[in-house]
This record gives sequence, C-alpha cells and structure tokens, in this order.
Amino acid sequence: MHRNLRTEIKPGMQKLSVARFLLTFALIFTSLSLFAKDAEKGNNGGAVDTKEEIKAYIDHHLLDSYDFTLWSDGEAGTHVGFPLPVILWDDGLKVFSSSKFHHGETVAEVDGNYYKLYHGKIYKTDAEGTITMDQEGHHPTNDKPLDFSITKNVITMLLAGLLLFLMFRGLAKSYKKNGAIPKGFGRFLEPLVIFVRDEIAIPNIGEKKYKKYMSFLLTVFFFVWLLNLLGMTPLGVNVTGNIAVTFGLALLTFLITNFTANKNYWGHIFWMPGVPTFMKIVLAPIELLGVFIKPFSLMIRLYANMTAGHVVLMSIIGMVVLFKSWIGSPLSFGLAFALAILELLVAALQAYIFTMLSALYFGMANEEAHH
Amino acid sequence: MEKLINDFSFGLFFWQAVIFIGLVLLLKKYAWKPILKAVSDREEGIKSALESAEAARKEMQNLQADNERIINEARAERDTMLKEARQMKDAMIAEAKSEAQAEADKIVAQANASIENEKKAALAELKNQVAELSVEIAEKVVRNELSSKDKQMQLVETMLGDVTIN
Repeated sequence: MHRNLRTEIKPGMQKLSVARFLLTFALIFTSLSLFAKDAEKGNNGGAVDTKEEIKAYIDHHLLDSYDFTLWSDGEAGTHVGFPLPVILWDDGLKVFSSSKFHHGETVAEVDGNYYKLYHGKIYKTDAEGTITMDQEGHHPTNDKPLDFSITKNVITMLLAGLLLFLMFRGLAKSYKKNGAIPKGFGRFLEPLVIFVRDEIAIPNIGEKKYKKYMSFLLTVFFFVWLLNLLGMTPLGVNVTGNIAVTFGLALLTFLITNFTANKNYWGHIFWMPGVPTFMKIVLAPIELLGVFIKPFSLMIRLYANMTAGHVVLMSIIGMVVLFKSWIGSPLSFGLAFALAILELLVAALQAYIFTMLSALYFGMANEEAHH
Repeated sequence: MEKLINDFSFGLFFWQAVIFIGLVLLLKKYAWKPILKAVSDREEGIKSALESAEAARKEMQNLQADNERIINEARAERDTMLKEARQMKDAMIAEAKSEAQAEADKIVAQANASIENEKKAALAELKNQVAELSVEIAEKVVRNELSSKDKQMQLVETMLGDVTIN
C-alpha cells in the first residue's frame, strides 16, 4: 500500500513552484533591505566571535522577541528583518510598531508613556528610560504593562497555523475532486493522519471513544512538529522551546483530560479500588499530585528538548567561528551537520511523544472499570 | 525554575491559546472531519468490496459445485440411457433373431413340405410314367411274345406260377 503513495511531481509543476518560491523570496528580501536602511547602529560592534558574545547570542535566540530579525550586522549595526506590532494594556490599549524600540536601544514614547525593552521584556519607564533594580540587583522594579504583543513567536505560530490549514484543507478538498484518493502533497500527509489515528489515538484511547479527541491530537501533532521544524530553519525561531507555548499546550491536555474523565478515573485517584483503606488514604494525595505532574512533565519535556537542541546546535555552530582553524572548524561543521539531522528526528519524535502521552492520558481518563 | 517563571510571557501564552484553539476548531471543521470521513469511507468501501468479492467467490464455488453436480447427473443419466438403449438393442436383436429363426424354420418347414409334396408328386408321376412305360413295354413285349402260341402259353403259365407265389 505505501508504494502507491509516492508523490509524483510533474516537472512542469516543479519548475512553477520553484519560480514562485524565488519570486516570494525576492519580494521578502527587497522589503527587508528597505527596513534595514532604517536600522540604527548597534552597541556591540564587530562579528559574533567570542565565547561571551556567542553565549549572549544563543540566550537571545532562545527568547521571544518583538521584531522578526533574520540577521544582524554587528559591524554596521544593522538588523535585517521586520518590526512587529506591540500591543500593551496600560490604562487603555496601546498599539505601536516595535521599530520604536530600535532593537531595545531607545525608549518608545506612546501617548505620553515611555516604555523600554530590558532583557526581552517591556517596562514602563520615565522619558530617559531609567530601569531601577531591586535590592539584589537582578530584577527591575519598574511596572510591567500587560503585554499582548504580536511577537516573533506569535507570528511564527500564525504562519504555522496558516500552513497547516492550507495543507490539510487541500488534502480534505482533494478527496472530493479526486475520487477519495489524495493527490500530490496529500499523499504524504494522509499516511501521517492515519498514523495518528491508528498508532496513537486508537491504541491509547480505544476504538469507542477516540473520535472526540482526534481533532486535538491531530492538531497538536502537526502543530508541534511544524513548529519544531520551523525552529530548524534559519528563520531563527524557537517557539516550542518557549515555556509559555508548551504550558499552553500542556494546559489544554490537562483540561481535556480532566473534563472528559469518567467516574472510574476519579475513583482511581481519590479512592483507589483493591487496596486497604489505609493505603487508599495514602494514595489519594499522591494520585492527585500525579494529575498535575503528568501535564507538567509534558510541558517541561517539550520545552527542555527543544531548548537543549537549539543550545547544543548553536553552540557547535558557534565553535566553527571560535576554532578559526582548518581542522577544528570543519570538524565542528560536521558535528553540527550530524546534530542537525538528529534534531530533525527529535522534531518529529517530540511531536509524537507529546501527542502519544496526551492520548495516553485521555485513555486513562476514559478507562472503564474492569473488575 | 526561577528562570522559567521569569521567561514566562502571559501575552505569548494568551496568543498561543487563542491561535491553537482557533486552529483546532478551524481544522476540525475544514480538515479533520472531512479527511477522517473520507479515509474511513474509503476503508469501509475497501472492506465491503473485499466482502462482496469473497461472497462472489463463494457463490462462484457454489455455482461450480452445482455445475459439477448437474454434469454428474447428466453423465449418470446418459449412462443409464446408454445402458437402456444397449439392453433394448440386445433385446431387439434377440427378438429379431428369434423371429427370423422362427420365420426361417417356418420357411424351411414349408420348403420341406413342398419338397415332400413335389417329391411325392414327382414320385407319383414317375410311378405313373413307369407304369405307363411298363405297360407299353409290357404291351410291346406281350405283343412280341404273343406272336406265337407257344410263347403265349408259356407266359400264361409263368404268370400263373407267379400269382401263386405272391
């Protein structure tokens, strides 16, 4: 059956899509260059080539940002990318372009209020942008306005959502056109959908009840996978390595698990059947803790795996620059290349594990008593 | 852990939740439902096609069995018919033979009878002719013999002598 599923791309179609890709790329590039002219000189001059700079660069990469910077030229102090809207709630809605921050170098003035970027967060300041520190000197004491900015991660998630929608809408439509047989890219997607259904949902949840969870499981699988893969691109995004994103995903798993749980599930938590009464009392708090630990582990696992992957990969790429020798640099490059391939696997694996464990928890919540 | 909490951005969480839930709902309506339906419909179709193929195969087998049975019956019937025909033929031949025999016997008997009759008639005629001839001869002889008296007398004597012997 899998043999029939090979995608057949006609040569003409391929040419067309390549041309389209190049055109899109050229358009993006010209608009980026225009923006680059506006950018002002940065603080740190020169290329990123010391240990400290590389570490700072990696730390910066791991965080979310208010503009979509593709690359920066340290020497010229220019950043190539595009600004994103900043949305704050500070006694009323404040919306302005992140270009006002000039990559954190200047204070943004909006409606008589002053805001400054400090370590990737927006603080309310005075006109000079003074950041006052607490006694230990780690955390600013300035007010933080409620921040609903469309950040780089939000834009990436929107892009991923759009891509997913187009891909799977295309697959769904191709059934009607092509007599229940997918065509083109759908031939690659359909086995994945069937994989999620037959290998993740049905074995863990059961034939009877898996259907109501399918939308969540399929979406979470492809959403996480696509975001993991986007994290591997030179766009330099790190969405699934952000704790707020994995928290959101894990929270949904938590809510769905507990709101669809049956009597048997709660019975196993608060009054474990088949053990002495004393043990029932001992087990209840442990089991209750488990209810929270399960989604918590989901959150941490995805976050830690993706973050670690990015840190290690970027460190090894950084080593290429650090070594500055004919032996060390190619070796580091080879290592980075091998690791990048491994990370591609991890991208799919983490999406699979997240979906698989979510399905497992849903299955637990729906288990029938079998005594 | 402190770093994690510090890195946590409520805005990003908010947008993530909005985008993700929106995506789930959109994809559910426009992608997952039609895709899963199409896939399961196709699977059902394949299953029913296989089942009907199996049913057709069974029917075919039944038909073949029927055919075989019918052929066997026909063959048996043919055999009995042949057997009957052979028996009939034998009977007819036997009958014909016996009839022919009877006829032949009859014919032979008739032939024998007529031969007998012919023979009798021929014998009778022959006797008559012989008698006539004998009479003629006798006449001639007698006429010759009786040309003289002596010879007549001699004859009478002889004849008389025979009569006494008879």
